[in-house]
Amino acid sequence: MQDEPTPIELTRSVADFLRNDITPLISGHQAFKLRVAINILDLVTRQMTREKGSDAAEVERLRALLGVDGSITDLNRALAERIAKGEVDLATPGLAEHLWATTMDKLAVDQPNYASYKREQRRGG
Amino acid sequence: MIEAELSRSVRRWCKGATGATSAAKLSGGASQETWRFDITHPDGAIGAILRRSPKGYGAAPTRAAGLAAEAQLMQLAFDAGVPSPRVLHVLVPEDDLGTGFIMQRIEGETIARKILRDDDYAAARPRLARQIGGILAGLHRLPMDKLPELRSRGATQEIAEFDRDYRSLNWPKPVFELALRWLRDHDPGPSAETTLVHGDFRNGNLIIGADGVRAVLDWELAHLGDPMEDLGWVCVNSWRFGEIDKPVGGFGSREELFAGYEAAGRKVDPARVKFWEVMGTLRWGIMCGGMMQRFRDGPDHSMERAMIGRRASETEIDLLRLLAPRGS
Repeated sequence: MQDEPTPIELTRSVADFLRNDITPLISGHQAFKLRVAINILDLVTRQMTREKGSDAAEVERLRALLGVDGSITDLNRALAERIAKGEVDLATPGLAEHLWATTMDKLAVDQPNYASYKREQRRGG
Repeated sequence: MIEAELSRSVRRWCKGATGATSAAKLSGGASQETWRFDITHPDGAIGAILRRSPKGYGAAPTRAAGLAAEAQLMQLAFDAGVPSPRVLHVLVPEDDLGTGFIMQRIEGETIARKILRDDDYAAARPRLARQIGGILAGLHRLPMDKLPELRSRGATQEIAEFDRDYRSLNWPKPVFELALRWLRDHDPGPSAETTLVHGDFRNGNLIIGADGVRAVLDWELAHLGDPMEDLGWVCVNSWRFGEIDKPVGGFGSREELFAGYEAAGRKVDPARVKFWEVMGTLRWGIMCGGMMQRFRDGPDHSMERAMIGRRASETEIDLLRLLAPRGS
């Protein structure tokens, strides 16, 4: 077991330092790059916070949908193949719900301010 | 410094020019390097833009028209009255500036979010969707016999190409698979008419002023194909920049776009436009995957490129909204 603060807390402290103390000092293209850097740290923080839970739920849905077991990558590969072959489609019970839930979990990490995501979130998560 | 090369270059082809100053790299424009600079001239400074392709950038070589073709198309568009900058010079090896061209600088805004939010454009915004329809009609009417050599792409070939691009990423994405199936099932086949297709006509590649569209930029992906492709691409949600209820670049409705296009004497096929909107959404998603790959393996290890890789999921939610919408 590693000591604390946790990676989430450490990453957040760096992002806050860049945001609050460095941003006011920088302008032009470097300011744009700094904003990208801060966005990356924020994304990493969100992923570390959420990934374990969302991956577990995704694996559970994939197992139910496919009737097989495996790693999250293997299961996604298997689902992709079945869709490509036409064995699974939007008429398959649970597919649309699974894709929506998985995609919403990704947006929550990648881009929680994306307008489509915010709209769908209001629709009920 | 780039100003030394620019100064030597402009003295060769711009009569009376004494040099180049104020060179600055502009941000925005993900696939190519764009510089602004002023040509020093006894009659007053001439605002200019350099577009060049540094190594490791640009679209996949198979898709890019090439900067020489891009320059030729912009000049053709200019001559036909399509809003476009005048091309001043196509780079030659002795310029020592890479490949590309120099064009007249048109003042205005290209940053989509500013165009959609700033008061300066408030009067222009409600007119833009219709105006864009008219511009696209003009563009699709450029004379085929004057066009540079361009690749030709119909719907069926595009599906096959995106399928291959997606599989080469080795990046299993069930939503992309679903979209590829949908595209195959809805392939409209060859279009009745083949025209010039701009290929990247969208909010972000237009110079906008208080009076509306002043120039169409970024002709790099121009090709021959189904004109409805451009109408679908301009509606892709990624180019609405948050104004998701205004499909045409965040400016206005499809109806306005179509009305502007038809008022200019050309016909719209809405089912094809929808097909190309789905295709375009997937296309941007796969391009995001390509950015991820280039960040990981290629010469461009920038943070920006890395983060574009993480935007593929935006296209996944947009594909689901198009193909599997939840209770309305």
